Amino acid sequence: MTPASEHFTPLQRVLHWIMAVCILAMLFIGVGMVSTVMPKYLALVSIHKSLGIAILALALIRLAVRLRYGAPALPMDLPEPMKLAAVLSHYALYALMIAMPLIGWAMMSAADYPIVVFGGWRLPPILPQSDSLHSLLWNSHYYLAFAFFALVLLHIAAALYHALVRRDGVFESMASVSTDHEAVQPAE
Amino acid sequence: MPDFQRSLPYGSLALIAVIIGAGAAAFAYTAGWFSPQRLTPNKMVAAFAPPGGPDLGHRRNHAKGICFTGTFDSNGAGVELSKAAVFAKGQYPVLGRFNLATASAHADDATVRVRGLGIQFSTPDGQVWRSAMIDAPFFTVSTPKAFYGLLLASRSKDPDAMKTFIAANPEFANFVAWAKSAPWTGSYAEEPYNSLDSFVMTNRDGVEHVVRWSLVPEAKVVPISEDELKKRGPNFLEQEITQRVAAAPQHWTLVVTVADAGDPTADPAKAWPADRRKVEVGTLTVQKIEAERNGPCRDINFDPTVLPTGITTSDDPFPAARSSVYAKSYDLRTAEAKDYPRTAPGAKP
Ligand code: HEM
Ligand code: HEM
Ligand code: HEM
Repeated sequence: MTPASEHFTPLQRVLHWIMAVCILAMLFIGVGMVSTVMPKYLALVSIHKSLGIAILALALIRLAVRLRYGAPALPMDLPEPMKLAAVLSHYALYALMIAMPLIGWAMMSAADYPIVVFGGWRLPPILPQSDSLHSLLWNSHYYLAFAFFALVLLHIAAALYHALVRRDGVFESMASVSTDHEAVQPAE
Repeated sequence: MPDFQRSLPYGSLALIAVIIGAGAAAFAYTAGWFSPQRLTPNKMVAAFAPPGGPDLGHRRNHAKGICFTGTFDSNGAGVELSKAAVFAKGQYPVLGRFNLATASAHADDATVRVRGLGIQFSTPDGQVWRSAMIDAPFFTVSTPKAFYGLLLASRSKDPDAMKTFIAANPEFANFVAWAKSAPWTGSYAEEPYNSLDSFVMTNRDGVEHVVRWSLVPEAKVVPISEDELKKRGPNFLEQEITQRVAAAPQHWTLVVTVADAGDPTADPAKAWPADRRKVEVGTLTVQKIEAERNGPCRDINFDPTVLPTGITTSDDPFPAARSSVYAKSYDLRTAEAKDYPRTAPGAKP
């Protein structure tokens, strides 16, 4: 890990914001598609699968980048429970970004559905057909999706709290678009 | 501790609350929680349930059925229409299910007017093509919403429900006329099976055609009276097809019908004129019958939108609706597998 800086590296910031948009879109597409029988159902499911697999790839890259470059230290005066909440919620977000697409892929495998993404690329099944696994994975995908959304709301509330109430630089550490002089830049 | 306690930033806190609240509300709206009138797959599936509740572990419609396996011998004529590998001359394995259009897995065979077939073709490129077809020459109604209306009307306690429904959906009268006049047969092997929905086939040159397809039986069709059928026992169709296939493989010709410009491609309740171009693309051979309980068709969802490269959905709104509802039915029945236990040794959980 590199020494603490005030900002996430530009690569981390770019990944964070692209993925924030993608994941929010995924959550809305997910609940939208399962509640319609209109022709848009097929288009939504198709986007859901492709975008979900893209998120899996981005999340793995992002995890590697995070392990390599670390994160800026939280403000010294941030109360311990809040620090702990921040750290744990970030672990949970990473876990969900990786687990949700894998569960989706595994769930479709266990149902013996072909998994076609990006308009023709066929993913291999990662599990054999199984009623019990399908149900287990379906339930996980369903409940974790709602947990994910709740956590994202909490995360946004915390980010805004830092930005608007504490004004302690945490928000800027991810939101700033300026090139960061203090930060050790990733070797690009 | 926090220095902002001197004057709490009510404005900022309120803004945060509003943003989070709006996000949660938008999510709930998208999920349909504020739109009780929205037609959802859940509602559609629930509408199939017979008065005593659904047969747990079974398909929510076409609940009674029996598995088959066999081959499809493609003659190569379909290449002109679609680049799908299944139309290249050759032999491909198939898996399928003969079934009855009823929500009851224990219905008496003679009581169900519509018979169906689910099929999956597999090709060496790893692709599959699934289709679920019925013996009627056109569908009951013109839209998925009207089909939901039909399900509600047929279960309604209001004695005028059906009359009101037919007044609003006059195409249903054609179906009733077919149901009353079409001959019954004593065998799954004597039935034609029609996709009814239209799809788009694309060939190697990128030329598109809107098509429907049918499996036309080779077996001689022997019309039989409804009363005669009622005497044959509740499972005569399954017994008959098992014996018949054991004695000799059964064949169907796969015929693709090509629409002319202006044909009603979006409405499966409207047949196309009889003179439309028809291309015979190959022969289905059913070689083996297996009971559904431990059979290979049990855990397959014959979702009509599972299509190989070279076939796509058309402007027909049914396949999307069917896909959403079949998935829901599949979710439910796989979760209820314990209510329909397998009996084979070494059965999958
Ligand atoms: C970040 C990744 C993902 C998120 C946040 C996500 C979220 C969701 C949500 C919110 C739902 C609706 C749940 C409900 O209300 O019933 C859903 C359903 C679904 N998701 Fe995902 N998903 C992700 C990845 C994937 C992937 C990669 C696949 C497949 C390759 C997938 C396949 C499905 C399927 C098939 C359903 C419908 C399940 C059914 O009801 O039959 N998901 N997802
Ligand atoms: C929907 C999806 C989102 C996900 C999955 C997500 C995930 C994450 C994760 C895992 C981190 C930890 C840093 C890292 O290693 O990348 C983080 C940091 C951060 N996020 Fe998000 N985020 C999302 C949306 C948002 C939004 C909408 C905002 C702004 C309103 C935001 C503001 C921040 C800020 C300010 C940080 C830095 C926090 C710190 O340094 O402790 N995020 N985010
Ligand atoms: C919106 C209209 C329709 C709805 C809601 C609907 C609903 C269903 C449901 C819930 C199943 C059980 C699926 C499963 O659990 O695997 C099913 C099976 C079936 N449907 Fe439909 N259906 C519709 C239209 C049609 C049409 C137009 C046809 C015929 C061309 C058709 C033919 C079949 C057949 C043959 C099966 C049995 C497939 C198998 O063996 O698994 N359905 N339908």
